[in-house]
Amino acid sequence: MPNFGLVVFPGSNCDHDCYHVIKHMFKQECEFVWHEEKNLDRFDSIILPGGFSYGDYLRTGAIARFSPVMKAVEKLASEGRPIMGICNGFQILVEAGLLPGALIKNSSLRFVCKWVNIRVENTNTPFTHLMRRGDLLRIPIAHGEGNFFANQDDIRKLTENSQVVFKYCDEEGETTSQSNPNGSIENIAGICNSQGNILGMMPHPERCCEETIGGEDGKAIFESLISWLEKSESQALIRTHV
Amino acid sequence: MKEFKVKVEVKLKPVVLDPQGKTILTALHNLGYDEVEETRVGKLIELKVMDSNAERVIERVKEMCKNLLANPIIEDFVIKIE
Repeated sequence: MPNFGLVVFPGSNCDHDCYHVIKHMFKQECEFVWHEEKNLDRFDSIILPGGFSYGDYLRTGAIARFSPVMKAVEKLASEGRPIMGICNGFQILVEAGLLPGALIKNSSLRFVCKWVNIRVENTNTPFTHLMRRGDLLRIPIAHGEGNFFANQDDIRKLTENSQVVFKYCDEEGETTSQSNPNGSIENIAGICNSQGNILGMMPHPERCCEETIGGEDGKAIFESLISWLEKSESQALIRTHV
Repeated sequence: MKEFKVKVEVKLKPVVLDPQGKTILTALHNLGYDEVEETRVGKLIELKVMDSNAERVIERVKEMCKNLLANPIIEDFVIKIE
């Protein structure tokens, strides 16, 4: 069974939501990992949850990226294991240089906490492989610094390599400026690295996995990830038996 | 050993939109200061550094800026030393 590591930084506050979804809903192995840990080799996948690590001082994610655990996260990422950064987790991944670009203050200058629609742009990742391109997810956001910025060169590369995974859109799936909640370039809500195993996204899939709390579109992301890990586990098993 | 006072100005790069600056500009115009054409908001970080060599201080602070104090993707920095 896939074993998830859930990194807890001082100031993380979505860690328990993620734990609940992975452990209690999907019945997977899941363990909280304090940010001072240096070895994550026992995990198949790592989640950097949302929150306000180090009080967002200096820049969001700027201090957390130097936590000892991040070296281990880098190691696992280089081995191809899936890493998912949600909200503040995304901010930490861009500060660490594991994903391109930066997340700056929302264009409205306000903290935006609401439901949005996102469109699936790339299904060739562990996090989206069970979805279809163009699928819409209704999902909550809650951030003050979610405005994705990258220079033109990086945007071109992101587009050419299909690294844009999610875009903000309206209910019809159109990426209009009205449906862009924070001013992100090209309505970008989530991106991955060129290998596809590191995902960063501002919306919170862990907050929409049960109808009782308003929606369950977030399940699709966890289902994809778990199925991908199970597949690679069985392939590894086949390899060791050949 | 000498005490150096170092000021690091961190500003958003010109290509990065500064919604805070824009809001302040609108407020200034509302107050009648129509002569203001642009407002950009940055950060000022003051450091007290003990060292014997001013050049080394600048080199080290440059390194600090690249590693932590500024994000080179979105920000420029200026170092002033006293």
